[in-house]
Amino acid sequence: MKQSKYIVKENTPLSPRMSRLRLLGDSSAITRPGQFVSLALPGFFLRRPFSVCDWDASGVQLVYEQVGKGTGAMRALKEGDTLDVLTGLGNGFDLDRAGASPLLVGGGSGVSPMLGLARRLLVRGVKPTVVLGFASRDEVILREDFRLLGVTPLFTTADGSFGLRGLVTDALAGLEPSFFYACGPVAMLRAVAEKCEADGQLSFDARMGCGFGVCMGCTRMTQSGPKRVCRDGPVFDKEEIVWED
Amino acid sequence: MGRLSVTLCGVELSNPVIPASGTFGYGHEFAELFDLDRLGTFSFKGTTAKPRFGNPAPRIAEASAGMLNAVGLQNPGVDAVIAQELPKLAKVFHKPVIANVSGFSVEEYASVCAKLDACPQVGWLEVNVSCPNVHGGGMSFGTDPAAAAEVTRAVKAVAAKPVIVKLSPNVTDIVSIARACEDAGADALSLINTVLAMRIDLKTRRPVLANVTGGLSGPAIFPLALRMVWQVSQAVKVPVIGVGGVQSAEDAVEMMLAGATAVQVGAANLVDPRTCLAIIDELPAVLDRMGVQNITEIIGGAHG
Repeated sequence: MKQSKYIVKENTPLSPRMSRLRLLGDSSAITRPGQFVSLALPGFFLRRPFSVCDWDASGVQLVYEQVGKGTGAMRALKEGDTLDVLTGLGNGFDLDRAGASPLLVGGGSGVSPMLGLARRLLVRGVKPTVVLGFASRDEVILREDFRLLGVTPLFTTADGSFGLRGLVTDALAGLEPSFFYACGPVAMLRAVAEKCEADGQLSFDARMGCGFGVCMGCTRMTQSGPKRVCRDGPVFDKEEIVWED
Repeated sequence: MGRLSVTLCGVELSNPVIPASGTFGYGHEFAELFDLDRLGTFSFKGTTAKPRFGNPAPRIAEASAGMLNAVGLQNPGVDAVIAQELPKLAKVFHKPVIANVSGFSVEEYASVCAKLDACPQVGWLEVNVSCPNVHGGGMSFGTDPAAAAEVTRAVKAVAAKPVIVKLSPNVTDIVSIARACEDAGADALSLINTVLAMRIDLKTRRPVLANVTGGLSGPAIFPLALRMVWQVSQAVKVPVIGVGGVQSAEDAVEMMLAGATAVQVGAANLVDPRTCLAIIDELPAVLDRMGVQNITEIIGGAHG
């Protein structure tokens, strides 16, 4: 964990509800895809945690969905604005478990960390299969980013307006991945975990107080006892998860 | 003694700024960001006899100038705290720590306190009779003078270390509870714990917190806490630790002017984990502006 000042480089809408935020600053505490950062927003008491979409030595990019007042206020952030950021939070995905043919599944704003994960797998010479699910065509994001990586994701939309009609699980038939990584709504994570016979890791969202493991606000029960989503997660091994939601 | 030093129940603190229980874990996470020995002490996560999972999610909600929590005393239980957390803490913190204790019966408070009292790292016991988020324990002891006194007496009977009783603001007359604890032998009082509160989600039309209610903390409660510190410190002879919404060195000074010997910082640690350090660093300049040499000179200063 590090606390740093970040400068807004870009804040661009990607869809009616999602935006991309590029921040310049010290990213040295981020060591794995699937980790997150937590932003202090002027006028709001609690920080807001966001999965890191991708990062390099100059900073990070985040994808955020406007769900409430805090993320609504984030839409007004402008180039040059300064933010206090806690970085390098959470455990992130374990790339060593990927095997030869990993599967990456993202749903909605949960597609965000899959970009950074795909990039780092490719650096290791591992080409992942990527499945990204959205509600409809106008919510599809990061298509061009994946294309620039040389990855062609399988897209699903619930209303069939883009890609395969249905849910991400409808795109998994016939796939026999060596391992899977998933991020998205809990219902999606559970469906993916049940559909995939392979081992996998799943990243959970949670309402957090601190984001670094001290307030016990985001605890989930697991097979090995209570775990803090922010500190022991947000990524959990499939076999560790207790599905109570 | 430095100019920020205060004495709490006979033990000197290098400064009066104490991270509050439940906002500092068992210290390790903060040790990644700064040298914990800069603190005078801190109060560790509320500990019970048995491990507790706590309440269902969501446990956290936001407010205009603060937050609500309904964690429900999640902790690994006193035996695991002693076997695992305290040895880990010994590597990063080299001063006596405040052991925060909660319970569901007088016997539980006494047995947990007896175990922690025997730990050399523990300098004080802080008895939480004020948790608003558990049922049949915690706050039910702190809203009745006789029950609060009974817990205090039971803990004092087994403890060699100073006993701090942490009081609830969710009462009609905090002074009567404070006096009952003092009469029962409390060596100090800390106040306030969180204020019982709730939020409702307009989309679902249901309470935000799964527990329905939670405890409000943060700057929203600072003036309320200050008023209670003022009232209690006038009424008792034992030292008072001011807790509630402290975010800055000015807030800390205000609490001490109201009668606090030391202050605890809670919710602010979750938002800016360096808050306590920032307050410690800023205090000398605030004292300079006030023309005060030693911080002990301002304790109770507003009472005239």
